[in-house]
Amino acid sequence: MTLSFLFLSILIISGAITAMTLRNLVHCALALTLTFAGLAGIYLELNAQFIGFAQILIYIGAVAILLVFAILLTRGSEPPTQSAFSGSWVWGVAVAVVVFGVIASVIFSSRVLPGMAPQISRPSVRQIGDALMTRFVLPLEVLGLLLTAALIGGVIIALRDKTELETSQSSDITTQPSSHSQRP
Amino acid sequence: MTPLQGYLLLSALLFAIGLAGALTRRNAIIVLIGIELMLNAANLNFIAFWRYNPNPEASTGPLFVLFSLGVAASEAAVGLALVIAVYRHYRTTSVDKMDTLKG
Repeated sequence: MTLSFLFLSILIISGAITAMTLRNLVHCALALTLTFAGLAGIYLELNAQFIGFAQILIYIGAVAILLVFAILLTRGSEPPTQSAFSGSWVWGVAVAVVVFGVIASVIFSSRVLPGMAPQISRPSVRQIGDALMTRFVLPLEVLGLLLTAALIGGVIIALRDKTELETSQSSDITTQPSSHSQRP
Repeated sequence: MTPLQGYLLLSALLFAIGLAGALTRRNAIIVLIGIELMLNAANLNFIAFWRYNPNPEASTGPLFVLFSLGVAASEAAVGLALVIAVYRHYRTTSVDKMDTLKG
């Protein structure tokens, strides 16, 4: 239980709680990047340098930016008129507390968990690259295929329909100033 | 409490917070953020178990997390595209109001 672990875990948990409770969605995304940064620090502490920097690159660099774009495109930065939590939030929190209790009781009652960390040499980026190019080359190709499919699929899903575009354009012309303000 | 238990507890707490957010928030983007938090908790478990394994194989833990990161990134991209498409149709991202199929 080192000092750095305590500091990083407080950072992670406070960032996650803030991201889940704030009303302004942009602030939520910013708090989330705090959590991701703390997790990257934990990975660095656990001798997984490559994953730590990949976490910074992918989550803080890409996913957080994507989230901010989605929030701004859906006008999520405006504060909601009604409560940010659904009506049955008590049940949701209760389920989460029960899940945490079950996992924590299993962690504390388990007798197979190893106690101390063995002295291992950290895997270099060269080793990871070698493994990706020899033993794990097929999963790597499948992952590349998945990412390509997700890229194309995301663009196609978010693309505007032609008919929808025409109707919205015609409605833009007819009701110029407040065409986007409300539509049932 | 051993160090591994500390990491596992942190991961369980992160998972529970993500689950609570995904179950209670109204905005679909925040629900996706909660799912991302749960995926991150799983990644932390992978790395912690790999680090404290008594006879670790060279780099299986980081490789597993690398593939998991790729899947999580594509999930986020497609999920946010879906949210934008739904917003274009309903003019809202509140999951309570997307109830067209509700009987």
